[in-house]
Amino acid sequence: MKNSTINSSRRRFILTSATVGGGFALGLHLPGKAQMAADGGSDINIWVQISPDDLVTIKYARCEMGQGSMTSAPQLVADELDANWEQVNIEYVDVNEHIRMDRAWGAMVTVGSQTIRNSQEYLRNAGASARTMLVAAAADTWGVDAAEINVSNGIISHAGSGRESGFGAFAAAAAAQPVPPSVTLKDPADWHIIGQSFPRVDIPPSVDGSQVYGVDIELPGMVYASIRQCPVFGGTVRSFDASKARSRRGVIEVMSIDDNAVAVVADNWWRANKALQEIEIEWDSNGNGDVSSDDILATFKASLDAPEAALMPNNSGDADRALANAEQVLEAEYFTPFLSHSPMEPMGATVRINPDRVDIWASTQAPEGLVSEVVNALGVEQENVYAHRVQAGGGFGRRGGSSDYARSAALIAAQLPEGTPVKLLWTREEDTQHDFYRPLAMYRLKGGLDSNGNISGWKARIASGSILNQMRGVPLRDGVDFTAAEGFTRLPYQIPDQFQDFKLTPTHVPLGFWRTVGWSQTPFAREQFIDELAGAAGEDPYHFRLKHMAEDELSRHILEKVADAIGWNEAPAAGIYRGIATTEPYGSYTAAAVELSVNDAGAIKIHRVIQGINTGHMVNPDNVTAQLEGATVWAISAAMWGEITLQEGQVQESNFHNYRLLRMAEMPVIETVLEATGGFWGGVGEPGQAPILPAFCNAIYAATGTRVRSLPLKHHGFSLA
Amino acid sequence: MELQINNEIHEVDVEADMPLLWVLRDIMNLKGTKFGCGISQCGACTVHIDGEPVRSCSFPVAAAAGKAITTIEGLSADASHPVQQAWVKHQVPQCGYCQSGQIMTAVSLLAKKPKPSDADINAAMTNLCRCGTYKRIRDAIHDVAGNNPENTLAYEA
Repeated sequence: MKNSTINSSRRRFILTSATVGGGFALGLHLPGKAQMAADGGSDINIWVQISPDDLVTIKYARCEMGQGSMTSAPQLVADELDANWEQVNIEYVDVNEHIRMDRAWGAMVTVGSQTIRNSQEYLRNAGASARTMLVAAAADTWGVDAAEINVSNGIISHAGSGRESGFGAFAAAAAAQPVPPSVTLKDPADWHIIGQSFPRVDIPPSVDGSQVYGVDIELPGMVYASIRQCPVFGGTVRSFDASKARSRRGVIEVMSIDDNAVAVVADNWWRANKALQEIEIEWDSNGNGDVSSDDILATFKASLDAPEAALMPNNSGDADRALANAEQVLEAEYFTPFLSHSPMEPMGATVRINPDRVDIWASTQAPEGLVSEVVNALGVEQENVYAHRVQAGGGFGRRGGSSDYARSAALIAAQLPEGTPVKLLWTREEDTQHDFYRPLAMYRLKGGLDSNGNISGWKARIASGSILNQMRGVPLRDGVDFTAAEGFTRLPYQIPDQFQDFKLTPTHVPLGFWRTVGWSQTPFAREQFIDELAGAAGEDPYHFRLKHMAEDELSRHILEKVADAIGWNEAPAAGIYRGIATTEPYGSYTAAAVELSVNDAGAIKIHRVIQGINTGHMVNPDNVTAQLEGATVWAISAAMWGEITLQEGQVQESNFHNYRLLRMAEMPVIETVLEATGGFWGGVGEPGQAPILPAFCNAIYAATGTRVRSLPLKHHGFSLA
Repeated sequence: MELQINNEIHEVDVEADMPLLWVLRDIMNLKGTKFGCGISQCGACTVHIDGEPVRSCSFPVAAAAGKAITTIEGLSADASHPVQQAWVKHQVPQCGYCQSGQIMTAVSLLAKKPKPSDADINAAMTNLCRCGTYKRIRDAIHDVAGNNPENTLAYEA
């Protein structure tokens, strides 16, 4: 996969302003002039370029970090274009060109499982529009009616005259055609590329070492930086003695960054890092130096008890009266800890500052975020910042919210001779201890059952920090952080009297979007509490859910499919126990069921995981399967071992020996249930995780009678066999 | 110091205690071998030394002198090694960052045990993958081994 390298001579689009919706995909073409690209290809529109040799280049604006949309998003364009997928080449959109063109390619940020569902309309429109222009060009040349022309698998044909041609012959003429004012998109029944499991285009370079990640950039004259940031968030550098470090072989510069970090620059990274370890740094902790996890837990407990909190919009009826009249009332508190992202590629960035331009290379989920960090750090114009596209070695939200590492790299480069490229690479310890963590949260739930075993009243109090409020000062809407509350802002269960509120509980710990965000933790409380209520009602957890979901057909559908797949209505083998859960994250509907056994020592053997998802429309089923498999690993790692704790204001976990992740020997058997019922476009990268955690914990309860209400499981005497 | 990397001899002027990983990446510009943890936990830096998988982040370069070092770049000239091909066939990688190390570890396993059992795979494949590609790694190894694919779902204890 080569990166797009469009130079200024190829900027051939007239732009007025960014338009809303799908409009920016079309109408940007310069009418009346066939524009030949430097390599002989013609731009039909900003997404589609066709060369005389029939090669179709489709632009990809978002990022690739293993989630697969660099393949699936272009499938949307190719289908409407009726291209031959074998002739499709995919190129990243150039970030600088995108900015100079008023962000013509729409969102680049790759977060929230949004790439397909939020770009599908303009991408399909771009394909359909290009197809229409190809047909018009062929009709002109052949002197036939455009309505009689067929396009299929990269071939334009006219049955009446027996003519046919590849796309390339008409590329230049198509580019000169007027952009159709509107196009009709295909009926899903006619899709032939959408819905196909084409191999991911970014996989081949990942098996021979040729894939280029942010940390792999190598430039002439490059120097290398290692950084140590204040171990206490919000702390600063008081002083440091660099005399020993400066005398080490290869060391070029020692500097402080933003008053809160010390960096060493050397002629290779190992020398920089080795020298950094010899620097004694005195820190000022600025008031946070005695904060421990216990203090934070006490703060959250107080939030659960606070007399008032912000009301959620889905409250209805009179929950207090319903609870007072209930036959049985249950109350339970749940706790989910801070978690780090820990992608395999640690944070880092390469920056080179020249008088007329700043170049940055970094693995990211937010290419424009890199540009913003450079602009803010150096005071340069965004048009003069060039962010280069690379594969990210995992993102999971870490590289989407904050691009703090890009700022550090820019500030280091600013202290070096002009034109010196510097590559900053964090150690794993820096990565673990300077993350933007999944928010810690507590949940207090109350539920009432009537004499028929129906949930008659429901109350939920959520105590959590707010990611966007803390990271960017974004005000809460009516006092509620909706990413922390997702899962409680709309229940799939029909409960007439329900009340939910949110208590903002800030700490000094930086917060960030962690794969599946609120949906990574709220189902741990919600879906276990539903099981608790089912138990109190003396009912089966699956059928108890179903009877409360009469009005939610899509939630019911995926839950039924998953229950069928695990054979819920037949008893499991002796000694094996089951749990089930359902969730509705990021526009999709997901459910999971787990079979496990637990021995006397608390060792959990997971026998089978069923992961089900209904994405509505589904672009690349094998990639969806891969995302579900990965999401299961992600969820079980967090369930078993995941926690970030603090003592004296500092994160205690530092590397994979004390921030454990699941390994091959612990990998359960996973079966996936893919449903594409049509009618909507749901997300894929994150939803799979949401139901796993509660289904797993519900199965543990079934096996042991232990209801785990706080994570991780290692603190409850459990291990993974 | 003289190093034999991917069947070529190179002379490098580095400290004896510099980890092999950083010689490969920053001195030899062989970027396929990755830094993940620095403490032999994740295996992203796995290379072969005389055919044995070694976590190069914690392996002093001096100890590799006079031995045959093989990196992912030296596994094949054109990604044609059966393990690489199986990785593509089974669509193993997600982000791909750990996969050089996974592949090097799998190649070594298969060289010693051409028909590995699931227990063999569990024992050898201790590399971390944050994306969670373990199922496909297992399937791909079984495929290269010519094991009955049915066995790939039979690895319960």
